[in-house]
Amino acid sequence: MSTTDTTPTVRLTAEQLDQLGEELDALRQRIIADLGEADATYIRDIVKAQRAFEVAGRALFYLPPAWPLAVASLSISKILDNMEIGHNVMHGQYDWMGDPGLNSRMYEWDNVCPSEQWKNSHNYIHHTYTNILGKDRDIGYGVLRMDEDQPWHPYYLGNPVYALLLMLFFEWGVAMHDLEVENLVAGKRKVSENAALHAGIMRKVKHQALKDYVLFPALTGPLFPLTFAGNATANLVRNVWAFNIIFCGHFPAGVATFSQEECEDETRGHWYYRQLLGSANITGGKLFHILTGNLSHQIEHHLFPDLPARRYPQIAGEVREVCERYGLPYNTGSLGRQLGSVARKICRMALPDRPEETRTPGPVVAEPAAA
Amino acid sequence: MSVAGTLLRSRALAALTSPHGVDRYLELVNPMWAAHEVRARIVGVHREVDVPGHPPVATLTLQPTATWRGHRAGQHVQVGVEVDGARRTTRVFTISSPDSRPGDRFTITLRANPGGVVSRFLAERAQPGTVLHLSQAQGEFVLPDHVPEQILLVSGGSGITPVMSMLRSLQRRTHRGRITFLHYAQSPEHQIYAAELDEIRRSGDGIDVHLLHPELGDPALSPAYLHRLLPGYQDVPTWACGPEPLMKAVQAAYDGSDALRTEYFRPPRASSGDAGGEVVFERSGKAAPNAGTPILDQAEALGLTPESGCRMGICFSCVSRKTEGTVRNVLTGEESSLPDEDIRICVSAPVGDCSVDL
Repeated sequence: MSTTDTTPTVRLTAEQLDQLGEELDALRQRIIADLGEADATYIRDIVKAQRAFEVAGRALFYLPPAWPLAVASLSISKILDNMEIGHNVMHGQYDWMGDPGLNSRMYEWDNVCPSEQWKNSHNYIHHTYTNILGKDRDIGYGVLRMDEDQPWHPYYLGNPVYALLLMLFFEWGVAMHDLEVENLVAGKRKVSENAALHAGIMRKVKHQALKDYVLFPALTGPLFPLTFAGNATANLVRNVWAFNIIFCGHFPAGVATFSQEECEDETRGHWYYRQLLGSANITGGKLFHILTGNLSHQIEHHLFPDLPARRYPQIAGEVREVCERYGLPYNTGSLGRQLGSVARKICRMALPDRPEETRTPGPVVAEPAAA
Repeated sequence: MSVAGTLLRSRALAALTSPHGVDRYLELVNPMWAAHEVRARIVGVHREVDVPGHPPVATLTLQPTATWRGHRAGQHVQVGVEVDGARRTTRVFTISSPDSRPGDRFTITLRANPGGVVSRFLAERAQPGTVLHLSQAQGEFVLPDHVPEQILLVSGGSGITPVMSMLRSLQRRTHRGRITFLHYAQSPEHQIYAAELDEIRRSGDGIDVHLLHPELGDPALSPAYLHRLLPGYQDVPTWACGPEPLMKAVQAAYDGSDALRTEYFRPPRASSGDAGGEVVFERSGKAAPNAGTPILDQAEALGLTPESGCRMGICFSCVSRKTEGTVRNVLTGEESSLPDEDIRICVSAPVGDCSVDL
């Protein structure tokens, strides 16, 4: 395990890891047994709010002086759609409700990345192999250098620029994520392997672009350019917001990455341990948490990706207490602090490592004391 | 509806409401507005049978959305209800009213099964105003367009609903032929539609109604009895619906005759002990003794390659439909016996017999 800062590496014995796994399993079980009407009402209310903001946004474009309000309304709609609804529904958090409108297999979000592909790259790859270098493609999205264990190359001098571009065009970056362009360039992947993915992306892009850049602007007649610009701005706002929240979830100082060797034959306890150390939270108020899709509780989300996200704030205290007991860091901070930390890392990773910063990864699991 | 319906189902509106679809917006205004989905509001609840100590039987009158395409007598419909406002559970019920046209009201008649969440809710607690989620009508257990001169309808218990729908349709179509209607009930108090059947019997419209109660000494269904009732019955087009023992007797009596059409609903099979039993993969036609391991592992051992991902229950890539049987979540130990349930096969181990749509 390596951390990109000065956080000490915490090692637990195999027994401690098992115990940690049991404690967290029990916590999960308690929440699952308690799921019910309150959770269903919550997500339905969020859906209602999202649809209302969307309709209001689209309608306000007919009143040119209200343009900023229209953009704000549509931006909030897109943020809610992608984060508190799309991301969480597609994790299967609400599958237990049996409502096809909130089912992970059927939900499609307002984003150019087709849900089918995103579920593979995010739910499966990223959540299973969180922060394992060479397996978790979310580390740097195949574009950025986000960890000192990624070998430096002069290409990475552009790290801050790539990060800025990825932020502005985040939904497109997410859509292209599965195509593994970096592996195509490196010759590790054939273009033909992408044909089906490509078709899916194009279909989705067509639907999204038609709606935001042709139909709704056309419906406002002479206001076409304004509506067009407004829709583009709303997509941009959502991109910038999503990028920042997501990067604060995995890349601030103190977040650990892991090598493939140390995760071989991983136990359930070690998986939890890796999720804990590979994620970071952001502090904030209730509204802020909702707008992040509760990914401000990235730690809780990574421990329990299929629990309804509204539960994360409720259990955060308990998770933190568990961390304290095991001496594990619980990485949290204000949005400003985490953003600053991420930005510093993006810039530092652009440059080759100074010798004193290089660490040698050690074994994570200490030998059992009484082996 | 036609103009509004065409508009609501237009490609233009679909493009504007993409990716969520028109219904996701309409339902927020009024649950009875729909472009594609089918929903229904309960407009009447009628207690058919209420014998103390026995589960009640109720008929619900449903006003479907304009998207309802109608049904043919004998068909069934999937009904989804959100009991206590959260989990939607779906069960199949037969339609008891005569053929319906698009948007027409229709009725379902159901018995509150003691262990059945949906049937109990509908028979005991549902109130007019409750909105249900429906499928379109389904099923091949229907009358042909040209009904033969002579037909026989056989039913037992709540299996009366599809044949009652047929009988009512035939009456409405003023069928001129001869209909023999044979029904087995536990006792006269348990007889569903007793008054209506009594009236039909006395109407003299060529409908022979026989209501039998074997527990009170009436003859059970046998070839001899059927022969006495209707000589040459094996050649008379027959529709039969009822519990498994009755259907077995009917099938034996017809001995493979083409004239017989049957339908019956089996109750969900309960857990039959820990491992043991058989795991059936329906789509691929494979089966094997239950090894007690998660279904994904058992499928792969048989050479199947179901879609899968994390293999630890977090990514939902492997969700598949369990059609029958009980599974235990290996992470939580929770058992579930609901038919037609979506499960994560990487963390679900069968308990006894189990069928999966793979």
